[in-house]
Amino acid sequence: MERIYLDHAATSPTHRDVVERMVPFMTEVFGNPSSIHFFGRQSRQAIDEARAVVANSIGAKETEIIFTSGGTEADNFALAGTAMANRNKGNHIITTSIEHHAVLHTCHYLERQGFDVTYLPVDEQGNVSLDDVKAALRDETILVSIMFGNNEVGVLQPIKAIGELVKDHQAYFHTDAVQAYGLVPIDVNDYHIDLLSVSAHKINGPKGVGFLYARETVKLSPRLYGGEQERKRRAGTENVAGIVGLAKAVEIAQQTMSEKQMMYRELKETMLSVFDESGISYFVNGNQNACLPHILNVAFPGTNVESMLVNLDLAGIAASSGSACTAGSVDPSHVLVAMLGKESERIRSSIRFSFGLGNTVEQVKKAAYETVQIVRRLTNR
Amino acid sequence: MIYLDNSATTKPFPEVVDSFVTVATKYFGNPSSLHELGMKAEQLLTQSREQIAKSLGVKPSEIIFTSGGTEANNFAIKGVALTYRHRGNHIITTAIEHPSITEPCRQLEELGFDVSYLSVDKTGRVNIDELVKTIRDDTILVSIMHVNNEIGSIQPIEEIGQLLTQYPKILFHVDHVQGIGKVPLQFHKAHIDLCTMSAHKFHGLRGAGILYVRDGVRLSPLLAGGGQEMQRRSGTENVAAIVAMAKALRMSLEKYRERIAYLWDVKKTWIRELQAIPDIQVNTPLEHSAPHIINFSLNGLKSEVFVHELAKQDIFVSTTSACSSKKKAPSKTLLAMGADQKRAESAVRVSLSFENTLEEIPIAIRAMKEAIQKLQEVTR
Repeated sequence: MERIYLDHAATSPTHRDVVERMVPFMTEVFGNPSSIHFFGRQSRQAIDEARAVVANSIGAKETEIIFTSGGTEADNFALAGTAMANRNKGNHIITTSIEHHAVLHTCHYLERQGFDVTYLPVDEQGNVSLDDVKAALRDETILVSIMFGNNEVGVLQPIKAIGELVKDHQAYFHTDAVQAYGLVPIDVNDYHIDLLSVSAHKINGPKGVGFLYARETVKLSPRLYGGEQERKRRAGTENVAGIVGLAKAVEIAQQTMSEKQMMYRELKETMLSVFDESGISYFVNGNQNACLPHILNVAFPGTNVESMLVNLDLAGIAASSGSACTAGSVDPSHVLVAMLGKESERIRSSIRFSFGLGNTVEQVKKAAYETVQIVRRLTNR
Repeated sequence: MIYLDNSATTKPFPEVVDSFVTVATKYFGNPSSLHELGMKAEQLLTQSREQIAKSLGVKPSEIIFTSGGTEANNFAIKGVALTYRHRGNHIITTAIEHPSITEPCRQLEELGFDVSYLSVDKTGRVNIDELVKTIRDDTILVSIMHVNNEIGSIQPIEEIGQLLTQYPKILFHVDHVQGIGKVPLQFHKAHIDLCTMSAHKFHGLRGAGILYVRDGVRLSPLLAGGGQEMQRRSGTENVAAIVAMAKALRMSLEKYRERIAYLWDVKKTWIRELQAIPDIQVNTPLEHSAPHIINFSLNGLKSEVFVHELAKQDIFVSTTSACSSKKKAPSKTLLAMGADQKRAESAVRVSLSFENTLEEIPIAIRAMKEAIQKLQEVTR
């Protein structure tokens, strides 16, 4: 049976070129970048080059890139790091109810530390309202954290407009760009972004590495203390092979961005046209006019998530109910609840398909036909 | 090429790199995903956890994977401090810990914790009596490294653990980053509650480490999010690096059984040869020290220039721990051991792995003698 992987938003296959680029940094150039000898210096140079590639991809300076162990650490760092370092300026934080748990759970932690957090609602299309952001801003707001593109439904937020709004306020503007980065062009200066989180394994890079962009004016208190790596902002021996792999993935993502955008849109349309032809009933969740090209979240009325996923998996199709991080839990997706309400039937019948490296029109067509059959079976039609 | 900087980082075993590549390309699923690829990844993660737990003689539920030693140390120190704050706010550690212990301690001091730093004697060992005297009613944590990263001294961990059983409110954390695979440590026998290890110090890859947390010990998470690692450490698991780490640990422990006697031969020969050089003072004691670390001073000569001279001959040693080798500061450990400034400023570390040989020694020693001569000529 051909297995079709449509869960690239959970994690993506590591690109062959990425792995090839990494291996020499494990076997030959294995030095500790802090060592002053040749091996160390070679590793240091590799990190410097990687940092330039990464910085360049978002219009940042090299000194503004901090390598982390992934998106979760970058999000935790951005929120807790700025909150703790800027407490003297205020204790109010604004975020949204549809953030990834790496942001939400850090906000809960900060609330226990005495911070006041406003969770902005979204409309039923998943959009954050600019007026809500404006209304929530107070004198003592120190951070606004709003994700670039949602990981479950793919909705893109008006980041540029929010950046404009926050730029003259004392608050820093953080965006979790883990899903959007690599598929949407991002310029931190153009968008007035102060902090931005990225994870390598969502863009065909390796797991265990990511980065936080922090504008040089941002006061940030470290989360990991120890050696003086990453300009004293993030201790720990640098994961050189991982960092080099990340940079390679960034290069590939930059080169193939427009091609991928077109490809994934086509895949989305292919899938939806099969659904249309079949006559099954379905709803697409999330504003499709401002949406990441690779994420398609669909409700199939009359089905339930678990049996859908089990049946899809048996048919060789890997999809998901929401974010992988919540897939293990039985709770309905907090994103869909925020959009549609607790009572909506759609929160129990929605599936996320996410496209990526290696997917073809044929695969997606096949997956769509299988999905149609499963939906028919489960709804007895 | 003679690589003598294994305490900074080790060269990954080729088999370890192969495992990494296989998992990264074939089993790339997210372990939290419910579908087949996700379940395969989860299976690999579970197997690695079981295998590592078995090697360490502990339960799989007691193994938390982290991004490395620094994260594990930060997690242990801050996690315990914040969780058990209601019991007290006093922490005991030593004057010779790695910065990933001392810096979080400083951070906790800023938050109102009181930290005592135990002194060490001239062999780099803590004194049990001093520890007993330092313990207070409000002590919640004792954190002591097993093997020192700069001079290789071994602390009496079992004895300390035994002593601490009389103080049920105190948790015992051990930084085992330099010890694992080189100096055996039985976690249960030593009554250890938390223990840190890092893959790239035992021929695994950077970006993966382990915090052992004994069942029953609660820890406030350092990274919040998706709730991976039994709700204690969020972030998509670095499956490929973790599988590679399990393999590296198994292979390292095998090497230990086969080659530990030989490694001791190598170390003893190193010390004998170094002691025969007039301008060298060996700082690492033969008693209670690890088989792979030899620290010596150059009688005031510039150790950094010495390191560069050797590098020209393809011989790699370091001035001090890699994490602080860019700072031109005297060795904190040597100062704590009572060495004078001159000795502490001219320290050099040779650190071995099971790959190093007796045959390398005469070549490296000759190069060292030449380097010393050259330095002396320049200084004169």
